Amino acid sequence: MAEYKPIRKVVSGNYAAAYAVKHARVQVVAAYPITPQTSIIEKIAEFIANGEADIQYVPVESEHSAMAASIGASAAGARAFTATSAQGLALMHEMLHWASGARLPVVMVNVNRAMAPPWSVWDDQTDSLAQRDTGWMQFYAENNQEVYDGVLMSFKVAETVNVPAMVIESAFILSHTYDVVEMIPQELVDEFLPPRKPLYDLADFSRAISVGALATPNDYYEFRYKLAKAMEDAKKVIKDVGKEFGERFGRDYSEMIEKGYVDDADFVFMGMGSLMGTVKEAVDLLRKEGYKVGYAKVRWFRPFPKEELLEIAESVKGIAVLDRNFSFGQEGILFNEAKGVLYNTSARPIMKNYIVGLGGRDFTVPDVKAIAEDMKRVIEAGKLDREVEWYHLKR
Amino acid sequence: MEIPESIKKRLTIPAEEHFFAGHTACQGCGASLGLRYVLKAYGKKTIVVIPACCSTIIAGAWPYNTLDANLFHTAFETTGAVISGIEAALKARGIKVKGEDGVMVVGWAGDGGTADIGLQALSGFLERGHDAVYIMYDNEAYMNTGIQRSSSTPYGAWTTNTPGGKMHFLEKRHKKKVIDIVIAHEVPYAATASVAFPEDFIRKLKKARKIPGPSFIQLFSPCPTGWRSPTDKSIEIARLAVQTAYFPLFEYENGKYKINMPSPKKEPKPIEEFLKLQGRFKYMTREDIENLQAWVLREWEKLKKLAEVFG
Ligand SMILES: Cc1ncc(C[n+]2csc(CCOP(=O)(O)OP(=O)(O)O)c2C)c(N)n1
Ligand code: SF4
Repeated sequence: MAEYKPIRKVVSGNYAAAYAVKHARVQVVAAYPITPQTSIIEKIAEFIANGEADIQYVPVESEHSAMAASIGASAAGARAFTATSAQGLALMHEMLHWASGARLPVVMVNVNRAMAPPWSVWDDQTDSLAQRDTGWMQFYAENNQEVYDGVLMSFKVAETVNVPAMVIESAFILSHTYDVVEMIPQELVDEFLPPRKPLYDLADFSRAISVGALATPNDYYEFRYKLAKAMEDAKKVIKDVGKEFGERFGRDYSEMIEKGYVDDADFVFMGMGSLMGTVKEAVDLLRKEGYKVGYAKVRWFRPFPKEELLEIAESVKGIAVLDRNFSFGQEGILFNEAKGVLYNTSARPIMKNYIVGLGGRDFTVPDVKAIAEDMKRVIEAGKLDREVEWYHLKR
Repeated sequence: MEIPESIKKRLTIPAEEHFFAGHTACQGCGASLGLRYVLKAYGKKTIVVIPACCSTIIAGAWPYNTLDANLFHTAFETTGAVISGIEAALKARGIKVKGEDGVMVVGWAGDGGTADIGLQALSGFLERGHDAVYIMYDNEAYMNTGIQRSSSTPYGAWTTNTPGGKMHFLEKRHKKKVIDIVIAHEVPYAATASVAFPEDFIRKLKKARKIPGPSFIQLFSPCPTGWRSPTDKSIEIARLAVQTAYFPLFEYENGKYKINMPSPKKEPKPIEEFLKLQGRFKYMTREDIENLQAWVLREWEKLKKLAEVFG
């Protein structure tokens, strides 16, 4: 194994994604532009134009076709990638099921953007969370480094369990904000991520295969179970790949939930994506001021890290779940999921849901502090005032 | 059955079969015949992409596959996009596509999946210039969901959502000319074909194989179930469609139009001969038939002019 000397580059989250695609030796990219995803596919096109990447680029006529073409490419044995955001992801919805159902390890970057109307190009996780049940794995990146690492790891995990994966980054906060990213020299990426070995190959004619045919009630059920099982198996693969990544490149991703100060915390903030960067900084400051708080950053939302959540829940009095998303008629989606996991256990910390930052509304360190005050009050009172708080709503 | 050498020499239709018996099409189904010819022309090294349509069923439910070729079932509107992706993947992997010995990537979709919901993906496929063949088998309605109209359904035809009744029939639009839309993309090769003329169809399939870039073939495929026609009349109906100039056979190759010979030399037969074998046209009045006849002749004249000027 060659010695790892990272290449440091100052790049946007989108460029981090594009570099990862190049380093992963993706073979087919089919894509359609949408703000704020566009610069990912532009950068990839630039790599191709400059002869830096050997990729078949299919400039399709819609996101639906972007996913359909990626599916075709993946079924024909290639490593396939696409990227989108919000309305584009919604348009792909039908084909997301097709990718997972046909067991194709397509990897996609989705830039979290609010759904219209009203039009908004800013951050909001509802677009990706609305695709929760499509059978895709979901990795939420906190920063540009995690976008880069997430794409590389996702290919490895997806191709091991034959389930597609989505790497999710925030609109503008990551997609267009420049930061230092440590990139991995090509030879070392190649060692980490060897060429894909497809589950089946449409270009192998040694026997005729048929993929995606009609299945009667006698068989359909088992197909679904196999996908469910693959998702369950993915947990171990994710941890192993995350650990291997850490051993090779120094950034450990063996935890599906990244934890900080949990052991002696009264309560933790739980959330996903870039807002957890803000939370982590706030928690450091709050700790200095004597607050016994911690954080739990959910990296992988699918498969959902139940076991890790349970461990956290057993050691704290409360969990403040921060959702930059909402399931209408119910509550924040992560909150809903987390509560559901804990129902059949004796670990029952007080859980309160804070809806924050929808549509790109700023979410800052003072906001975290204000929520900490509120949470402290709730825990001292031993009961909830209200379960869901639309924090910083203009009343 | 062993075919004698003397006959084999005269046959232009390849003798080998890549579409097995035991498929689940209705009796007299034109689409199943068409698929059989496609595989005869292209052989085993073919990747067929089938969207939601009758052929999903014809090709067999899991774990069966009536095709001796690799088959990828896809969502209704995605044929053009999926064959694009497959072609890109083969190229990325350095696998030869099309030409004499390359892998054939074939989209096999109904008129609904082509003229309606899949038109966008078809357009994208054509315009980007992928090396694949798109075949629209035209049974002039959505048969898989129970005979609803498509934009390729002809004027005057009964379907379950354009039924006939006291208020007369509801299908008031003439058939969409999908092939004209295809040609507007300036594709290298586009053609019409009919299951009644398999030699012509196979010749066109082979031509499509040789010509680089995207090819499109619109195959006229009778559907006894949807057309309310006797199951043993499919070929006759398909032949009459050509002889009446309702569905003329022609090719468009690099800007040139060519009408193919089974099409009427002089006067086309009257459209009634085509209509009367099919129950779906029973609600048409004399006036309706004249209306359809006028449309057929007008379109036929147009095509002849095109062949004359751009022949
Ligand atoms: C998005 C979507 N809408 C509707 C359907 C239902 N559907 C399945 S097949 C079909 C009609 C197919 O018609 P056509 O393409 O003409 O092929 P045919 O069945 O006549 O062979 C429809 C509407 C579907 N599968 N997907
Ligand atoms: S309904 Fe028509 S197209 Fe479908 S299988 Fe039967 S005959 Fe063929």
